[in-house]
Amino acid sequence: MQASHQPPPMPAEQPQRLPRGGRIVNDFSIQVATVNGSGSQTANLVLMRSIFQMGVPVSGKNLFPSNIQGLPTWFTIRANRDGYIARKKEIDFLVAMNPESAREDVLALPPGAAVLYDEPLQLTGLRSDLHYYAAPFDRLVAPVCPEAKLRKLVRNMIYVGILAELLGIDPEQIRKALYKQFGERKKKAADLNWGAVQAGIDYARSNLPKTDPYFIEPMDRTAGKLVIEGNTAAALGCMFAGMTVCTWYPITPSSSLAEALMAFMERFRRDPETGKATYAIVQAEDELASIGMAVGAGWAGARAMTCTSGPGISLMSEFVGLAYFAEIPVVIIDVQRVGPSTGLPTRTMQGDTLKNAVLSHGDTRHPILFPSCPEECFTMAIDAFDLAEQFQTPVFINMDLDLGMNLWMSDPLPYPDKPMQRGKVLTAEDLERLGGFARYRDVDGDGVGWRTLPGTPHPKAAYFTRGTGHTEQATYSEKPEDWIRNIDRIARKFETLRKHLPPPAQFLAAGARIGLVGAGTSRYAMEESRDQLSREAGIEASWMRLTAYPFPPELEAFIEQHERVYVIDQNRDAQLLGLMRLDLPAHCIAKLRSVRYYGGLPLDARTVTEQILAQEVQG
Amino acid sequence: MSSTPATPPKVNRIGLDLAPYRGSKTTLCAGCGHNAITERLIEAYWELGIEPWSVAKLSGIGCSSKTPAYFLNQAHGFNGVHGRAPTTATGALLANHRLRAVVVSGDGDTASIGIGHFVHMLRRNVPLVYIVENNGVYGLTKGQFSATADLGAKLKSGAVNPLHPIDVCLLGIELGASFVARSFSGDKRQLSAILKAAIAHNGLAVIDVISPCVTFNDHEGSTKSYAYMKDHDEPLHEVDFIPFFADIEVDYEEGESRMVELHDGSKLLLHKLERDYDPSNRIHALEVLHEAARRGEVLTGIIYLETNRPTFTEILGLCDEPLALLPQERVRPPREALEQINEEFR
Repeated sequence: MQASHQPPPMPAEQPQRLPRGGRIVNDFSIQVATVNGSGSQTANLVLMRSIFQMGVPVSGKNLFPSNIQGLPTWFTIRANRDGYIARKKEIDFLVAMNPESAREDVLALPPGAAVLYDEPLQLTGLRSDLHYYAAPFDRLVAPVCPEAKLRKLVRNMIYVGILAELLGIDPEQIRKALYKQFGERKKKAADLNWGAVQAGIDYARSNLPKTDPYFIEPMDRTAGKLVIEGNTAAALGCMFAGMTVCTWYPITPSSSLAEALMAFMERFRRDPETGKATYAIVQAEDELASIGMAVGAGWAGARAMTCTSGPGISLMSEFVGLAYFAEIPVVIIDVQRVGPSTGLPTRTMQGDTLKNAVLSHGDTRHPILFPSCPEECFTMAIDAFDLAEQFQTPVFINMDLDLGMNLWMSDPLPYPDKPMQRGKVLTAEDLERLGGFARYRDVDGDGVGWRTLPGTPHPKAAYFTRGTGHTEQATYSEKPEDWIRNIDRIARKFETLRKHLPPPAQFLAAGARIGLVGAGTSRYAMEESRDQLSREAGIEASWMRLTAYPFPPELEAFIEQHERVYVIDQNRDAQLLGLMRLDLPAHCIAKLRSVRYYGGLPLDARTVTEQILAQEVQG
Repeated sequence: MSSTPATPPKVNRIGLDLAPYRGSKTTLCAGCGHNAITERLIEAYWELGIEPWSVAKLSGIGCSSKTPAYFLNQAHGFNGVHGRAPTTATGALLANHRLRAVVVSGDGDTASIGIGHFVHMLRRNVPLVYIVENNGVYGLTKGQFSATADLGAKLKSGAVNPLHPIDVCLLGIELGASFVARSFSGDKRQLSAILKAAIAHNGLAVIDVISPCVTFNDHEGSTKSYAYMKDHDEPLHEVDFIPFFADIEVDYEEGESRMVELHDGSKLLLHKLERDYDPSNRIHALEVLHEAARRGEVLTGIIYLETNRPTFTEILGLCDEPLALLPQERVRPPREALEQINEEFR
């Protein structure tokens, strides 16, 4: 052990990582390595929440295997006083509970990191440049948890207690977080776990003198904020969008979205008088069926959706083409994971950018929304239902596993400020007045025809929906001129839609010669990398965060303002950049450079910064 | 239906003549069994006096799937993707459970590419009429065997089918359809009665209709030809349908006929032929189908009927109004609800 003395206290405003012996306050990452299925999730959430409750910006990343029990799993918490919440590449404090991964985990640490480990693992011999803390977890848990079979779960709370003592986390905040986590009904379990936390605190106090520099101190940067998963926020968005039909098939990482939706709808969308449901949620037999049912429901006038991930999207391809061509509203939420094939089903990727933009055969284009935080998962779900019905077309929401399944700090979800946009639907009264209609005629010049819903009580209401060539009156046609007129009108519709998408976010740095462009969860690494480039290399950079496809006119202007623009992709093949190439003029394309990460972990700023610096040096 | 030009067109109980029940001109081959089924559907909906706009017609891909364009031109139709009409129809009914949905499918659509959806639709007892226009062959792609082709059946080319067929009626009974029937496109009387009963039924009605393909499967050696059906059609009973609005006293002799009352008050009379057949006995229904298959007979009639099985939309506990038509105040929870939720995540 190198740094065995107690570090002198330093002011909390001290910037950056200090040389050994300094104090590093509210700027470090903790990684808890456990065995999947050992019940560490509760302990980790309590730890994360208590830091959040102390007012310190925090993010939590759950790195889990495609397995129910037995394989290694890691939970990483990053506390950052400046509000950077991307994954931090370096781990500063490791909690090594898993014999299988402990050795590798310790060897991967940067010098000066701290390790709390289960005593029998005997890790001190591996390296001499770390701060080690050993605790006999089995011996500590026995007295606080008389029931032997519960000990496996409860022992995790002991590391929470030890960390609280070592890092200076307020035990009262831990108690609050713990009781919130267990809820009213599980008070007994909460008491048991609270006992374990206290045992950890007591043990650390008497046996583990502090040698590492990491401290949590109270701040005021989380007041009023929520801690919520993207999938939960998206589900809430669907509920407040007035979704009426959701048909889905279980797939990681989107299942928890559908499950959250079921729970909320059960609470808030039953008729108060009759107890009957104002929605239908159906677990279909496969993704072909889930999209098929959603398309059928959209055709018949429901606000219909499905949620899935890459493999499901692949199966939905044919139906999405039908919905595009027959002009049927449907919302498809894609919580992306690593592919191709089964890939890394529990790891994150933005791998469906290109695919979703042009899904299915023939000439197809689909709008995509790219939420980057829970609040946008919520608002964009509402946008998506409005857009789908206004433009009578499938609308994708591209989330990813990082956004969907990890916990994020979020501003409160905002109540929708505009009424539901149900699009162009003719009622029996309208038909009576108009004397009829032509389903696919562009009467308003925006490319969008008027539709009627099945069951509309009027002899002129019906039209025939088909995936084959059709005329403005929806009759069958194989004539080239009918085909071209129709497919061109649908393209016009897409151009109208471009003006109705949520605007991009951008930051223009004075004198910046380079720009960064990213979408979705890339924003966190992108924004932090911008600051790293400025601070560490003196390179000023602007950024633009895309929120939707088709891309906004602002993108072209942004590229024109910069000499080089780095497009950040969480995939091997630079899909976002590729999609930009399809849409942008040549002088813009020439300025594009690529930054890519595709290892399956949430994107970190260091990776982005290093790739940009390497290319900047080359010129 | 025959009338002299001088008399006004005959109207049904809601005052409509046949025109709104008809569709565009068929583009199928002359003599195709499917056209006869289309005719029976037109008659059935007209005779029952069903508002054409209340019907939704759905189909997949194939010759059979084209037929929704040929009847009920005042009903919405949806010709979707191959084999997946059970999904679009289920979705449409979730959106609006008041729709009277009819799916017209074929043997390729139902028994091959779409069998996954077919069996799950059975399991759910989705309330719709599901017609399989079964000719044992792929017509639109010019004559390949389908999965309902019988063992030993011959293609025009002489190729012999080496595989056992899938019997959609057996599947239907086994997996949860509450109305399972088989008929023959050439048996006008029986098919007509079965279709009307299926429309009146509350639940999933699967009707497997042997419907010969005159172009690719009506030759010697085919087991789905007109000639084969003439020799092998084995009716279980004679079927009579008496609609709820018919002003006639139903009179039948116990032991000679069975009477079943349907959801809307219509009555089904099954007159005994060689034996008394009870269509509510699931095990027996499976038995007679297996026996008939062994004898090489095509059993027709209402093979299985369960009048009180909960339908999928009932199981889901949907509110009375169609989901598609609910106004914003019923589908967007109030501001206080979101405030409460936000508080829970703080």
